Amino acid sequence: MATAALIGFARRLRADGVNADAHRVQAMLAAVDALGVDQVYWAGRLTLCAEPDDLPIYDAAFAEYFGGKRRPKNLPLAPALPRVSAPFLAGPPPEPGGTGPDEEPSVLGLSASPDEVLRQRDVAALTAGERDEVRRLVTMLAPAAALRRSRRRRPGPRGEIDPRGTVRLMLRHGGEPTALRRRDRLRRPRRLVLLLDVSGSMTAYADALLRFGHAAVRQRPAQTEVFTLGTRLTRITRGLRHRDPDAALRAASDTIPDWHGGTRLADSLRAFLDRWGQRGTARGAVVVIFSDGWERGDPALLAAQLDRLRRLAHRVVWVNPHRGKAGYAPLAGGMAAALPYCDEFVAGHSLDALERLVEVIARA
Amino acid sequence: MHEQPTSPEDLAALLASTGYLADDGLATAGYLALRLGRPLFLEGDAGVGKTAFASALAQATGAHFVRLQCYEGLDATQALYDWDFPRQILHLRAAEAAARAAGSAAGTAGAAGAAGAAGTAAGTAGAAGAAGTDGAGGARIDADTLEAGLYDRRFLIARPLLRALERSPTVLLVDEVDRADDEFEAFLLEVLADAAVTIPELGRIAAETPPLTVLTSNRTREVHDALKRRCLYHWVEHPDVDREVAILRSRLPEVTDRLATQVATAAKRMRELDLIKPPGVAESLDWAGALITLGSPDLTAGTAAATLGAVLKYREDTDRVRAAGLATLLEP
Repeated sequence: MATAALIGFARRLRADGVNADAHRVQAMLAAVDALGVDQVYWAGRLTLCAEPDDLPIYDAAFAEYFGGKRRPKNLPLAPALPRVSAPFLAGPPPEPGGTGPDEEPSVLGLSASPDEVLRQRDVAALTAGERDEVRRLVTMLAPAAALRRSRRRRPGPRGEIDPRGTVRLMLRHGGEPTALRRRDRLRRPRRLVLLLDVSGSMTAYADALLRFGHAAVRQRPAQTEVFTLGTRLTRITRGLRHRDPDAALRAASDTIPDWHGGTRLADSLRAFLDRWGQRGTARGAVVVIFSDGWERGDPALLAAQLDRLRRLAHRVVWVNPHRGKAGYAPLAGGMAAALPYCDEFVAGHSLDALERLVEVIARA
Repeated sequence: MHEQPTSPEDLAALLASTGYLADDGLATAGYLALRLGRPLFLEGDAGVGKTAFASALAQATGAHFVRLQCYEGLDATQALYDWDFPRQILHLRAAEAAARAAGSAAGTAGAAGAAGAAGTAAGTAGAAGAAGTDGAGGARIDADTLEAGLYDRRFLIARPLLRALERSPTVLLVDEVDRADDEFEAFLLEVLADAAVTIPELGRIAAETPPLTVLTSNRTREVHDALKRRCLYHWVEHPDVDREVAILRSRLPEVTDRLATQVATAAKRMRELDLIKPPGVAESLDWAGALITLGSPDLTAGTAAATLGAVLKYREDTDRVRAAGLATLLEP
């Protein structure tokens, strides 16, 4: 088979989001060589894919590119959905009247600087200019979970006696005991998992939350995972790794198929626990759920999933933008069912509230 | 040494002779790993036979099998090699005692001319200090020999990675690599890339033929792309009913065809039930084993209820399966 066709296939895969770099393409060519041209399917799949999410993409691309010679076992997830970039370009039209019930600019405005006022304002009710400013400020947040004691040890001035180091020192002195060496446990940051609800009812906050997620990923790239919940579960950590916030948000939002859809919180939470959480992503982690708790399904199902989550995670923090509004009580079915399983219940509607959330995460 | 397989089918047949029934994808992956000399990175649900594959591969190709279980805090002294310090000290003391004994015997006939040289040598060794100070006598330990002797291969404790390099051919299983931390991953990458290690006191130890490495992961964290890029990647699926029956039959000679089919069918239906922990092949094997031990020739609603603990490990799952009805699992 022409090498060019194989390279073209790899390019096609890259376009679909599989990380088929030059190193992997080279491996594929070697594999095709070893297996023969009738085994291109396996040769490519074994060398070009790197995670389960790649497999359906690969199968679909293979079927299309090589004319469907090989049955695609897992059908592609979904047809390409129209890209929705509205929340980043424009955002919802500013509401007439503009202010939430809890804001009294006439009082606050006199004493506080404009910046201070902006911090308190509900993200959902900002003008375009204010939104830009808030975006910039959200980018400067540095959410990171607290440290935990790791199992890895380092020589140090205090801690338990390090037998290996002590004996090595003895050997150097002709087998005479000299000084005791010690070693101490290292401290490692805890994993931070953000679950963002991107359903229709959270539209106004989606942009700020994704930016918050980006700030968290940038702060501790290896210790942070970000998922979106809606009608399904999407992992957007990879997209958010871009340095530039706008590029990161674009990359992340491209992978989300269910923008502004309905909410099936319990189902997508279960998908998270089955595919990621239980295996270890949620174990010992600080898990933050951003959602208004609007659940279409049975609240009892949501409660069952949160119970599972609570048993795995170190801390479960629920962030509900409505919490910051006067007169809000968590009575909506899903929220009421979820509350008993959360360690913290905080607001996330304004910059100020997000800053407080950073503190909650750091304390957890 | 065994013959190397000449095609994926050939490898599948070799694996089957050891009792491991691999599907097309896994056999192809194993064959390519052998042919291209690349590590094989396996992921899949718990209990689908990732670990068993590595040991079957070793058996099928006549290679040694070395397993390294990863955990957080795993470091080079536990994965690669360590010096046996207590034995080294013992050796040092023994040499010292021997020297002292020899010194008191030879002391009276001592050659004074050599005393200065002996003193220096003992001084550098440090070890023979005691012998050196009373040593107008000729007793001396050759410092260099003693030091070289201390770092002899016999004082080196080979941990899994070094064992895999020293014996060829070897299948090296790095199990649950996602449980180790980043530092270890970087270190592993280095060892795998060179198929050799350098021990400062001994020199370079290189593998005659690089070990065939199988890495498994449960995706508790994302393994670094630099490591993944060197590997062939394969997602191990649950077997279909026919294959699972065959696996049960080959692993448990006592099982009847009928019972194996019933267990495999029930396990497959359980996997469709959206359980927290769907049963893997390992659980089916346990289940069939439990039924055989109880002497039940058949899987019925009654025997299934009594042995459910062998397949389902969560109360929620047991509830769900019971709610769905045990009888529906068993319908042919």
